[in-house]
Amino acid sequence: MHDSQASTLKNIDAVRSMIKRHKRNDTLFGSLGLLCIVFILITLLILFIDLVIDGYPQLTSLDFFSNFPSRKAARAGMLSALVGSGLVMLVTFFSAVPLGVGAAIYLEEYAPKNWFSEIIEVNVTNLAAVPSIIYGLLALGLFVYTFDFGTSILTAGLTLGLLILPIVIVATREAIRAIPIAIREAAYAVGATKGQVVGHHVVRYSAGGILTGVIIGMARALGETAPVITIGALTFIAFLPTSPVSTTPPFINFEWLFSGFTVLPIQMFSWLSRPGADFHVNAAAAGAVIILVTLLMNGIAIKMRYNIRKKIKW
Amino acid sequence: MNTTTQVLDNTSSTHISTRLAKNFRRNIKERVIELILMLCALSAVFTTLAIVTILLYESFSFFDHVSIIDFLTDRQWTPLFEDAHYGILPLISGTITTSFIALAFAIPVGTIAAIFLSEFASHKTRETVKPILELLAGVPTIAFGYFALLFVTPLLQKIFPTLPTFNMLGPGIVIGIMVVPYIASISEDAMRSVPMSMREGSYAMGATRFQTAMRVVTPAAISGIVAAYILAISRAVGETMVVAIAAGQQPNLTFNPMDSAATITAYIVQVAMGDLPHGSIGYQSIFAAGLVLMLMTLFFNIIGHFTRKKFREAY
Repeated sequence: MHDSQASTLKNIDAVRSMIKRHKRNDTLFGSLGLLCIVFILITLLILFIDLVIDGYPQLTSLDFFSNFPSRKAARAGMLSALVGSGLVMLVTFFSAVPLGVGAAIYLEEYAPKNWFSEIIEVNVTNLAAVPSIIYGLLALGLFVYTFDFGTSILTAGLTLGLLILPIVIVATREAIRAIPIAIREAAYAVGATKGQVVGHHVVRYSAGGILTGVIIGMARALGETAPVITIGALTFIAFLPTSPVSTTPPFINFEWLFSGFTVLPIQMFSWLSRPGADFHVNAAAAGAVIILVTLLMNGIAIKMRYNIRKKIKW
Repeated sequence: MNTTTQVLDNTSSTHISTRLAKNFRRNIKERVIELILMLCALSAVFTTLAIVTILLYESFSFFDHVSIIDFLTDRQWTPLFEDAHYGILPLISGTITTSFIALAFAIPVGTIAAIFLSEFASHKTRETVKPILELLAGVPTIAFGYFALLFVTPLLQKIFPTLPTFNMLGPGIVIGIMVVPYIASISEDAMRSVPMSMREGSYAMGATRFQTAMRVVTPAAISGIVAAYILAISRAVGETMVVAIAAGQQPNLTFNPMDSAATITAYIVQVAMGDLPHGSIGYQSIFAAGLVLMLMTLFFNIIGHFTRKKFREAY
C-alpha cells in the first residue's frame, strides 16, 4: 500500500516534469520559428537598404537616368538600359501572353483527357523547373544562329517570353478554373458556341487572375540576367534603337527589333564586375532601381490576387 | 391542306439551308480557334524539344573532339587555354559545394519557418508574412549577387580573416537566403492542406503544438515538403548570377567553401561574355556544360516526382 502510493506520487512528479518539458519545447520551438522569420525578413530588408545607401549618390542625380554609359563612373548613366529593358519587355509581353493564355485555354477548356494532353501538362511543369541559363543556351543556338536574329531586342524578348511562358500558363489555368461551370452553361443555353463561351465569358471573367500572372511573369523577366547574357547582350551601348513610333508615315516601324541593346540587369552586372569601387556605386543604384520596380510589380500582383479572392463570390 | 404543307416545307427548307450555311461557317471558325489554341499549347512541347535538340546537337559536335572518358575523369577544366583540358569535375564540384551550403542553410530555416507559420503563428501574422515571402521570391538574382560580393563576403571576412574576396561560402549562403522563401511558402501550403481533424485528434490525445507539428502534420505533408526541397535544389543548382559574381570564375576541383571556384552556370556566363566564335570548341563546350546541368536538374525532378508518389498520404 505504502509502496504503490509512493510510486503514484513519483509518477505524478514524472508526469508533471514531462508536461513542463513539453511546454518548454513548445515555447522553444515557437521562438525559434519566430527567429527564423525575423531573420529572413531582416536580411532582405538589409539587402534593399544596402543597395539604396551604396547607390545613393547616383540615385539622387537625374543625370544617372538620362546619361549613356561612360568610361567615367560618375558620368555613366543607365538610359540605354532603361530603354532597352522597356523594348525587350514589349516583345516579351507580346510573345508570352498570347501563347500562354492560348495554351492555358486549350488545356482547361478544349483538351481531351488523353496521353496527348498529359504530355503537354508534364511539359509545362518541367519547363518551369528548367534553369534560366538553359533558356539562354536555347536562344543562342536557335534564335541567334539558326534563325539568324542576331543579338537583338527580338531575340532577348522571345527568350524571356519562353522563360515566363509556364508562369503565364499556370496563372491563367488557375484563373479559368475558378470560373464556375454555371457561367458556361448559361452561355451555352442561349446558343453560344464554344469559342463564344470561352471568348466572351471565361476569358473575360478571369482577366484579373490572368493579369496577376502576367505581371509576376513580367517582373521575373525584367530581373533575369543569365539568359540575356548568354545570347551575348552588349554591356556598353551609347545609342538608342530607332524609335518604334515616328511622326512620319507609316508611323510604326520594326527596325528596333533587330537593334543591339542592353537591359538593366546586364548594365548592373557589367558595372559590378569592374574591379574599381567607383562603378559599384552605379551598380548599387541600378540594383535599387531594378528591385524597386520588380517588387512594385510583384506587390501589385499579389495585392490584386488577394482582392480578387476576397471580392468574387460566384 | 396539301398546298399549305408544300408552302411550309418550302419556306422551312430555305431557312434550314441558310441556317446550315451559318452553322457551317461557325463550325469552321470553331475548328480554327481550337487549332490555334492547340498550337499555343504545343509551344511548350516545342520549347522542350528545341532545348533538348540544341543541347544534344552542339554536345555531339563537342564530343567529336573530346572523349567522354576525358570529360568525366579529367581533373582540369581549361577549354579556353592553350593546353586545353575538358574535365567537367571541377565545375561539378563547384556546383555541388555552393548548392550544398545553400541547402544546409535553407532547408532548416525554411522548414522551421514553414512549421511556425502553419502551426504556431496567429492568423494575422501568417496573413502578413505569407505575401511578404511571396514578394521576396521575386527579388532579381543579380541583386543577390551584389549582396553576396559586397555585403556578405566582407562580413564573413571579419569572422574568417583568411577568406578570399571570391569564395563559395558567401554565395552559397546568399543562394540559401534566396531559396528560403520557396521552401517556406510551398511547405506551408502543404501543411495547411492537412485536414484540421488530424490536428484535433492529436490535441485530443493530449499532444502539444510541437508534438502535433512534428509527428502528425509534418509527416502528413511530407510529399509537399519534399516537393519544396526538390524545387529548392533545382534552383540552387541552376542559380547563375550570384555565383558568377561572387564565387570567382576559376574552375577548381575542391569542396572547400573557403576556395574560389566556378560552377557550371558561372562558366557559361564567363564564356558568353567572352564573345566566342560560333562553332568553336569553346562555344560547343558551354552546350556540353549546359547538358550536364540539364541532366542534373532533370535527375532531381524525377526523384521529386517519385518521392511525391511514394509518400502521398490519402486522407
